[in-house]
This record gives sequence, C-alpha cells and structure tokens, in this order.
Amino acid sequence: MAKTITNYFDELRDTRVWRSVFRSGTGSSTLHRALAIQQNVFLHLFSTKVRTRMLSFSATWYLGTLTFGTFLILVATGIPLMFYYHPSVPQAYADTKDLQFVVSSGLFLRNLHRWSAHAMVFLVFAHMFKVFYRGAYRSPREFNWVIGVILLLITLLLSYTGYLLPWDQLAFWAITVGSNIASAVPVMGNKIHFLMLGGNMVNANALLRFYVLHCMILPLVAILLVAVHFWRIRKDGGLYAQQSEPTTVAAGALPAAAKGVQ
Amino acid sequence: MSEEKKVTPAETGKEFDRRAFFVKLGLGSLGIAAAGTAAFSYQFLSPNVLYEPSPVVNAGKPENYAVDSVTLDVNSGIYLVHAQEGFFALSAVCTHLGCLTAWKPELGEHGIIACPCHGSKFYVRDPGKTPGEKIEGPAPRPLPWLQTSLSDEGDLMVDRSKQIDPMKFLRV
Repeated sequence: MAKTITNYFDELRDTRVWRSVFRSGTGSSTLHRALAIQQNVFLHLFSTKVRTRMLSFSATWYLGTLTFGTFLILVATGIPLMFYYHPSVPQAYADTKDLQFVVSSGLFLRNLHRWSAHAMVFLVFAHMFKVFYRGAYRSPREFNWVIGVILLLITLLLSYTGYLLPWDQLAFWAITVGSNIASAVPVMGNKIHFLMLGGNMVNANALLRFYVLHCMILPLVAILLVAVHFWRIRKDGGLYAQQSEPTTVAAGALPAAAKGVQ
Repeated sequence: MSEEKKVTPAETGKEFDRRAFFVKLGLGSLGIAAAGTAAFSYQFLSPNVLYEPSPVVNAGKPENYAVDSVTLDVNSGIYLVHAQEGFFALSAVCTHLGCLTAWKPELGEHGIIACPCHGSKFYVRDPGKTPGEKIEGPAPRPLPWLQTSLSDEGDLMVDRSKQIDPMKFLRV
C-alpha cells in the first residue's frame, strides 16, 4: 500500500506540470535532494546539507524554529482579525468585544494571536539565552547575533504596538506610561513622544500610528530581517555545533566557517 | 622607475578629477535629497492640526465647591481645590509617567493624592506643606499648579497648558 502511494507520487513528480513548477526533478540522489533545497525560493536560504547532530533537539532546542512558528501563527491569525477591527476611537474597543463575543471563531483567533504573541516574546528570549550560553554568538556569527538583537527589539515593539489596539483601560494607560518613558530621552524626548503618538496624548492619531506600525511596518521589517537571519546561518557555516570541551570548540568552528564561505 | 611611477598617478589623478567631481556631485545630490527626505518625513509625521480637547476647562460655579474640598475631574485630569486661602487647580496627571492620580481623603491625616501606577503620593491639605508636593514615590516633580481664572459669566476656568507658581490662590 505504502509502495503504491510512493509510486503515484513518483509519477506525479514526473508529470510536465510538476516539472514546470519544481525544477529539481525526480530521484532521491544526493544531488536531487540538494537541488530540492537549493532551487526552492524559500528553502535556498538554508544549507543544502546539514549535520544530523545539529538537527538534534539538544543542539538548539528548536527555539529559533519555534519562534518563527509563532510568528507564522501571528501573521495567520492577525490578518483575519484585521477584517473586523477598525483602528478608530469609537470602534476599536467595540470591535475587540465583537471579535470575542459575536464573530464566529473570533475568540479563538484573538486568543491564539494573544497567546502566540506571549509565546513569541518568551521564545525569542529563550533562543537568545540558548545562543548566548552555548557561545554561538561568537565569530563568525557576530553579525547574525546583531540581527537577532534587532529582531528581539522588533518583537518587543510588535507586542507594544499591539497592546494599544484593544483600546481598553489597560491599553490606554500602558501606552501612556510607555510613551512617557520615551519622553525621558535627552533633548529630543518630547519630540519623539509627539511623533510617536501623533499628538500630545494617546488619542486617535496614536491608535492609527500604532495600528500601521503593528500591521504593516514592523512585520515587513521583521520578515526582511528574519530572511537575512536565516540566510546568515548558511553563510556563517551552518548551525553552531558545540563540542563539550571549550578548546575543541575553537578548533571545530574554523573549518565550519571556511566551508560556509565557499 | 619609482620616480616615473610617482609621476604617473599624479597625471592620472588629474585625469580622474572630472570623474571624482561627478562622483562627489552625485553623492552630494543624493545627500541633499536624503536630507530633504528626512526633513519632509519629519514634517509630514508631525501633525499641524490636533483634534485634542481644549486645554481650557470650565469647572463651573465656585459655589459648587465647598471650603476644604478637593474635587477630581477625571475627564480633564485636574483637581479643583477650595482651600481657606481661595481656589487653586492641580494637575492630576502624575509627573512620573503620566497616569491619572486619585484623591484619597481616607489616607494620611488630611488626605493625600496617590498614583495607582507606581505609588507616588502627594500632599494636598496638610498644613505647612505646599499642595502638590511629593510625599514619596518615583515622581520627579510635584504636581504642577494650573492657571485658574474667572470667566465673564463667573465660572471657574482652568488652563491646563499654563503652569503657575505654587501658593497663588484665586480669591472669589
């Protein structure tokens, strides 16, 4: 039974339509498997070959992948939420309540969005600590660490901007407090505060600005930097493989780096 | 040979002057355009018209406020206090991070103003203390005194955009 399914799949992969979409062709040779990665626009960011040891759970705890997973959930749940949410002062709170009590599956989508947001913040920090304590941030991966730090800040900003959107008391005072922290910047603090809120207080302009940041600008920047982050894994010699002895770590890191540069 | 080589770059250097000029011209134009874009963006993102509530608040007739009363108007974020010396208005917005403070007559001997966010506390009616002065908490400054006046109709008016020196009472 299993064999016939495999045969059907092989036949499908040999059809002209399939071959026009997937250029790597049929076959399971090392070359074909490498081409399947290399010739896919999404997968070509990654290495075509990975040491199985690096794919073990203990190597990374899959924290980066899990973070990306929560990001995908946030995009998939956030877009449907946008169909029912108006970023305006009279409607924002009522729309949030409608999503909870009136819209079919609205409660599920909103809760999934919220819990995934919390999970993403937690996982980003966990990922950062794992990378830090394994020493995976060191040369030649310093730049990818820097991108990771920017992605951490973008994650926090996404959380912060999303926090205002329900337009309840918690949101209003949290953003009031948070934006007043920005006023503490020397010299230009009040200007930053004014630009951030589009006014002197948390009001309609602030709601719209945070909405645009939350749904457009920050996700786009995040997607861009995530792509660079993934691509740099390959360019920096693949996932960091750690030996138990610190001395062999330094020795082992160099060939991996050289290999990635090829 | 070495002398000839020294001469050649100088000659070619003159040859390259025009290219360097155009490179500088191009980069300079891009720089000016970038600065213009930055200025444009800054001005675009700063609203010229704000649909925010007027800073001047009508607090109603002075007779509505009993002597020694402290009244919080939640919507405008001001305290109207009728002290023995006269009227004054305090901003109810905490100087720490902008939360709305609350009047707690049951706390302290004479009642205090307390911020729910991070626990700043302020004097209002304690003798010998300037109203608005901080008792404790992270607030960096006392609650500011706001300018009060009487309108032609005899209403108490508070201008939230104008801070005045403490202990300047409005006598009615």
